[in-house]
Amino acid sequence: MLMFILRRVATMVLTAACLTFIVFFLTNLEPNLEKVAKSEAGSRISDAEVESWLERNGYTRPIFVRYGEWLGILPGWTGTEPDGRPRGRCVDRAADKANAPRYCGLLQGDWGFSTVFKQPVAEIVATRLALTGILMFWVMALMVPASLLIGVLAGMREGSRLDRTLSTFSIATTATPEYVSGVIFIVFLASNAGVQWFKGTATSAMDGVTFENFFLPVLTIALYGIGYIARMTRASMTEVMTAQYIRTARLKGMSFPAVVVKHALRNALIAPFTVIMLQFPWLLNGVVIVETLFNYKGFGWTLVQAAGNNDIELLLACSVVAVFVVLVTQLISDIGYVFLNPRIRVS
Amino acid sequence: MEPLGWIEILGRLVQQFLPVWIALVLTFGLSIRFKRRLGLYGKLFDSTVGMVGFALVMFWVFTALFADQIATHNPLTQISGMKNKPPGTPVAGGPAGVYAYYLLGGDNLARDVFSRMVMGAREVLKIAPAATVFAFMVGITLGLPAGYFGGRFDTLLSFLANLVLAFPVILLFYLLVTPEIVETGIPTYLAAILFLFPILFLVMLWNSRFFTQPARRNLYVALTLVVGLWLYAGLAFDADPLGIVSMPANILIVFVSVVFVNAPTVFRIVRGITLDIKTRDYVAAAQTRGEGPWYIMLWEILPNARGPLIVDFCLRIGYTTILLGTLGFFGLGVSPESPDWGSTIDQGRQLLSIAPHPALVPALALMSLVLGLNLLADGLREESLRD
Repeated sequence: MLMFILRRVATMVLTAACLTFIVFFLTNLEPNLEKVAKSEAGSRISDAEVESWLERNGYTRPIFVRYGEWLGILPGWTGTEPDGRPRGRCVDRAADKANAPRYCGLLQGDWGFSTVFKQPVAEIVATRLALTGILMFWVMALMVPASLLIGVLAGMREGSRLDRTLSTFSIATTATPEYVSGVIFIVFLASNAGVQWFKGTATSAMDGVTFENFFLPVLTIALYGIGYIARMTRASMTEVMTAQYIRTARLKGMSFPAVVVKHALRNALIAPFTVIMLQFPWLLNGVVIVETLFNYKGFGWTLVQAAGNNDIELLLACSVVAVFVVLVTQLISDIGYVFLNPRIRVS
Repeated sequence: MEPLGWIEILGRLVQQFLPVWIALVLTFGLSIRFKRRLGLYGKLFDSTVGMVGFALVMFWVFTALFADQIATHNPLTQISGMKNKPPGTPVAGGPAGVYAYYLLGGDNLARDVFSRMVMGAREVLKIAPAATVFAFMVGITLGLPAGYFGGRFDTLLSFLANLVLAFPVILLFYLLVTPEIVETGIPTYLAAILFLFPILFLVMLWNSRFFTQPARRNLYVALTLVVGLWLYAGLAFDADPLGIVSMPANILIVFVSVVFVNAPTVFRIVRGITLDIKTRDYVAAAQTRGEGPWYIMLWEILPNARGPLIVDFCLRIGYTTILLGTLGFFGLGVSPESPDWGSTIDQGRQLLSIAPHPALVPALALMSLVLGLNLLADGLREESLRD
């Protein structure tokens, strides 16, 4: 078991390194850097000036070296100003210029400075993640029970009318992406065209969450996931319900609800567990769309701002967080599956 | 003129869609008449869910085909005084000879919402199915050998597939689908790699089947290569010698990134099925006969994997449609005038409280198309499991 976890963690670290490198490469492409140079040094500078600005700020060195510096496993570059003052990746950031550290990267906790928000990236990411955390908590609190309930009820008696109704509902929700359901909800539940039970924006939810301002965004994200998880639960439930031990339990005279709750449920919930964990990358998608749609300034909104305004360091930080979340949930799902399912042996 | 009431609007909409109704009735009549002779497609007409799904999908396919006849206005023409007008508003002061009403209202630039929605169907159906086909070609060409041979090749490809799958889709889009990336030529390189797979797939297909009849083999392979490389040059490098085939750079990058996102999932599915099927007796029989590995993969394993693949194909077109909508929603890779559903939803959402219809119409259109595809997949799954 320990070997299995170790191997998984090693793969995860390798994957994370590859992914962050790809992001680093894509954000540090020539045209992007040119844009940075123009926004920092004035938009009318000539090509030669762009070239020299990039040269002076260490952007012309090999990409692997810069990646290493950003990660914090290579020492930051150093140089001198024309007037002899020391300069460098770490020197520029340090408060005490003379005793600047040699390494300053992700691993040292130095995430850089956002050009859009004019704040340290680490601070922005922390506050925004907290806001998204609240959103995710409520999404999970709504999505998981609802989808498991739908799935179990539908899979309990395959082919019944209840099953058909609930299955059609799940298909309908998987066919409705967040930007469609969000628009429909706003029009019918939060505007003059329908009833005005809720608010069409969640901006006020950043100060205090209420049912009125937060239910629509939560519902919008949860709905897209509900259908998928419910269908997986249903498939797993129908499979369990045809098993021999369920028939035995029925034949020895147990009531149907008791069979479902005591025998079927535990075995049927193994597969949905992994599915719920693997939903995280998709939820991230939903978070970005919904936060944009409802103007809730969380992590997804920050990602859009960073990408739209070519804020390289902030975008890199967002990517690191996103990749980290995805990989950790994958790891949990793998390990959890092995723990929960006695039929799988790892070795 | 008086604005139209809801019933009149509905009546006129039904009338505008007339070519679609005729085509639908013909398709269904002929299919149900001959359904016993049409294999899996015919069996679809035994399941209500499948028929509903098929009807929804074909509705949009025919709408895209007959879009020029159905649309009442030019999707780009702005008629003054029609800004954000509710559905059924008569067109006042427009040029002579145009349709007298904005059936589903006007958007914030005074364009006809109905016509834009109809033209949007064409935009979506031009890209989504083609991108899905390419993703399947890539996934199958790589997944079959990975599952069949296993070993290092499999480990490497699976690692790469998981790498792409671990990438949050939205982030990938934001990084890939930008004008700066187009400048660097990365989409062309990606297209150069990804578009090679369909040619590779077809050449392998013909070669493994007909290598005992060189004349036929040479003919098929030559035809594939000529047509394939012609399209390849036109689509990937915009260097078609005849100047017929080309793809605008912003569409190419959208296409490539959608294929890139979908291919790893297809790869995983194909690999999984191959791992399962290669233990069957008929594969062992083919191996004993001395058939080559590519023959076994493409002509023994692949046809037997078609059930789940067809179902996934339908689902994946729907997913691709959603992805394209997402791209449009964030304004990535589409021209601002484009009538595709994602970007019209995005433009309409800013004014939801004043005029909900410009966003609602494309939203419902997109939802019904994806719903149709999902129901179709469900019906196909049910029917293919039956035998």
